[in-house]
Amino acid sequence: MFKIICDLILPSLVLFVTSYGLIHKKNIYDDFVTGAKQSFDMILSIFPSMLAMIFGINILLESGFIDFIFKSLGSFFTYIKVPIDVLPMAIMRPISGSSSLAILNNILKHAGPDSLTGKMASIIQGSTDTTFYVLTLYFGSVGIKKIRYALKVGLIADFIGIVSAIILSKIFF
Amino acid sequence: MVNKIWGSFIIIGIIFCLITGKIDVLNNTILNSGKNTLDMILKIFPVMALWLGIMNIAASSGLLNQFSKKLYPLMKKIFPDIPEGHESIGYICSNIIANMFGLGNAATPFGLKAMSSLQKLNNQKDTASRSMITFLVINTSGVTIIPTTVISLRMLYESKNPTEIVPICILTTIISLLCALIIDYIYAKRSKS
Repeated sequence: MFKIICDLILPSLVLFVTSYGLIHKKNIYDDFVTGAKQSFDMILSIFPSMLAMIFGINILLESGFIDFIFKSLGSFFTYIKVPIDVLPMAIMRPISGSSSLAILNNILKHAGPDSLTGKMASIIQGSTDTTFYVLTLYFGSVGIKKIRYALKVGLIADFIGIVSAIILSKIFF
Repeated sequence: MVNKIWGSFIIIGIIFCLITGKIDVLNNTILNSGKNTLDMILKIFPVMALWLGIMNIAASSGLLNQFSKKLYPLMKKIFPDIPEGHESIGYICSNIIANMFGLGNAATPFGLKAMSSLQKLNNQKDTASRSMITFLVINTSGVTIIPTTVISLRMLYESKNPTEIVPICILTTIISLLCALIIDYIYAKRSKS
């Protein structure tokens, strides 16, 4: 049931937009082509900032520094009775979407999707977004250099989101 | 802040690699970052072109405009700096709605269009405007109703109830969104005075 609804969203959106354009007697073919053409400029404008961010994040990830941090924070997490496996997720989620997805994959495989750890990790992944990626991509695309308080607010929001994901799943599951 | 964070990622990473003796890993990472970025961009490029095409039909047929007008009263409260009838409202809403339904691929091009139309309203072209920051804060708090990727992963590992997490996800996302908007509001007021 759920899957059917998900699968229907995309086609019905496309159907609706195209028929709306036709009804209003627009050159929908030309409009489509003109719109699609803008993607070249967009891709070119986001490449440099994406490269910078991926470069920095990859060096940090591959160095193993974050694993080192996990080990030192481990005893604190055992103390507050939060499964230690979700810790890497919590730290990675704002930094790298693909790494946190890989960690989630691992947790679901080993701890099982219906375990507390599995549920907690699913909620962390599902309820927040990759702050660094979003900010780099969107600000980079329009050439904004001074982002003011954006990163600070984004990271505070992530922190609140992750903490409430952990607390709420402890309450409900 | 970006300078400091980006710089410290690189410095901490390199020094830690040197201490732990992972010189090979370090060299590979430095040289492969360009290729990784290109792979990622090539992955989103075709989908982006497709959605920008469809979005342009919606824009020129006036559908987007209709949509913006309907949602303006609500958006005016969150984005007080955007004038009535401005195209950015339509793009912002499309981006948020696409994200809500887990259509990340469609959300990105809409979001980029939203940014470029917000840039037209921006007086200092190299500095983020208040509306831009509010928009991205909403984006990073990840407003989702249907977390498609997570649900499909849970199905893959044969969860008894793959969608069981959805209500808590929504609750969490609402909490972090509200907090984000409040913090954003406080910072916006503070930076004005």
